[in-house]
Amino acid sequence: MAERNAMRELSNSVCIVGVDESDEIGTLPHKSQLALHLEAITNAVRDAGLKITDVDGIFTAGQHSPALLGEALGITPRYVDGTSVGGCSFMILVEHAVAALHHHLCDVAVVSHGESGRSGVGVTRSRDTSISGQYEIPYGFGAAPTYFGLITTRHMHEYGTTLEQWAQVAVSTRAWAALNPKAMYRDPLTIEEVLNARPICYPFTILNICLVTDAGGAVVLTRADRAQDCAKRPVYVRGTGEGTEHVSVTQMKGLPLSEATRISGQRAFAMAGVTHSDFDHIMLYDAFTSGPPIMLESLGFAKPGEGVHFFANGKSTPGGSLPINTNGGGLSYTHSGMYGVFPIIEATRQQRGECGARQVPNAKLSLVNGMGGMLSAAGTLALSHDK
Amino acid sequence: MEVERPIPQPITPESKPYWDGMKEGKLMLPKCQDCGKVHFYPRVFCPHCHSKNLTWVQGSGKGKLYSFEILYRPFNRAVKVPPPYVLAMIELEEGPRMLSNLVNVEPDPKVVKCDMPVEIVFSKLTDDMTIPLFQPAR
Repeated sequence: MAERNAMRELSNSVCIVGVDESDEIGTLPHKSQLALHLEAITNAVRDAGLKITDVDGIFTAGQHSPALLGEALGITPRYVDGTSVGGCSFMILVEHAVAALHHHLCDVAVVSHGESGRSGVGVTRSRDTSISGQYEIPYGFGAAPTYFGLITTRHMHEYGTTLEQWAQVAVSTRAWAALNPKAMYRDPLTIEEVLNARPICYPFTILNICLVTDAGGAVVLTRADRAQDCAKRPVYVRGTGEGTEHVSVTQMKGLPLSEATRISGQRAFAMAGVTHSDFDHIMLYDAFTSGPPIMLESLGFAKPGEGVHFFANGKSTPGGSLPINTNGGGLSYTHSGMYGVFPIIEATRQQRGECGARQVPNAKLSLVNGMGGMLSAAGTLALSHDK
Repeated sequence: MEVERPIPQPITPESKPYWDGMKEGKLMLPKCQDCGKVHFYPRVFCPHCHSKNLTWVQGSGKGKLYSFEILYRPFNRAVKVPPPYVLAMIELEEGPRMLSNLVNVEPDPKVVKCDMPVEIVFSKLTDDMTIPLFQPAR
């Protein structure tokens, strides 16, 4: 209980004060990965009404170290964090930034993402294959769909989930993308179109799998007292949680549910002092259509096997009772590779009430949850314009 | 002879007995002499109880298909097995899970089913390297 009380002290101590994407997102063969970072940081800092020289904490994941970002920005940060555990790293980095800001290790923190995932401009290809090189790659494993499908097929076996139910997630998410001018794909989608799309890796057709884009995104945070002087309405970080369980899917104890996700959610809810029914807006990392339902189950929003019900009967769509992935998600808006910063950006905009046609009326508490790797790591945030 | 798959690498010291066993047509698995559990992939200690008191036992090569996918489009050109083929997660009789391919089966979700019994097939890639594949149990 001591731990829980200590985390309560962090709740609402830090606010998100600036968010933005890079100048453009999508297919950008004329822009380097580093440029995407710098554009996003510049835009997010401007959104906060601050200057680049105000930034003294740099938090990033992926190929570029926070030292490179500091150098490129021409600043000398006094706090850096390069934790990189997959796409959810940016959610986890918000937790790390909250801790650093709370203890005055820095005053203005930027969590930055930039990835030339589609065009590969200014990119160094390298990854750790010390285990997968021996036991996975020889069989044709390696790309994300070749692993996430294993989790998905087992879920279908254990709970009777159907291809139609997964497809419903793509359809719901596309309905939101139609309302987001920045989304890559905005035409309406049907379940039949998802089922009949090009097969990639059973149980997935191409429309069950996220986009591959070039994009940057950044989030600026500062302590709640200073946040009141920033340009926009501050959004309080009410709760944070993280968890890391495995790298290889063979080591995943609770398959098809995620232990890392469960732990991250439990900690975030305890810190925020909230429960599932308090959330009225949800952002989940949708690299695959099966991801969000499995995350809802792992977080305890739904019983195992029942996460797909959140996407049935229009519940998650515009005008529905519990909107999910209102930016159009990794499935239809953008997915540069490590997507995790974008759900944070969208939740902040929803809490500020600046989402126009896709605004969730009276959104008071947003859940942000994402995975790193194959549900291997997880980060959860509870964000609100209200303390 | 063209090798149809990437050769497993980098072989680590702790996994050498496993790969040496493969060459002899044996599935060698690390077993903890304290808690009695078998683990995979091989590590310097037991991931269940953290004892270093390990030994190697020969696995039965039998298990079940814990989960699967059917790959229609190769992501890695170094794997020259013509698609479609079955990506498999095997749960060995001894407990641990490993990734492999399910072979000698129609790559069709109407035929391939989770929990179907499977057995090992040793597949020689080169004189120095044999890998475990699995097929439906006979």
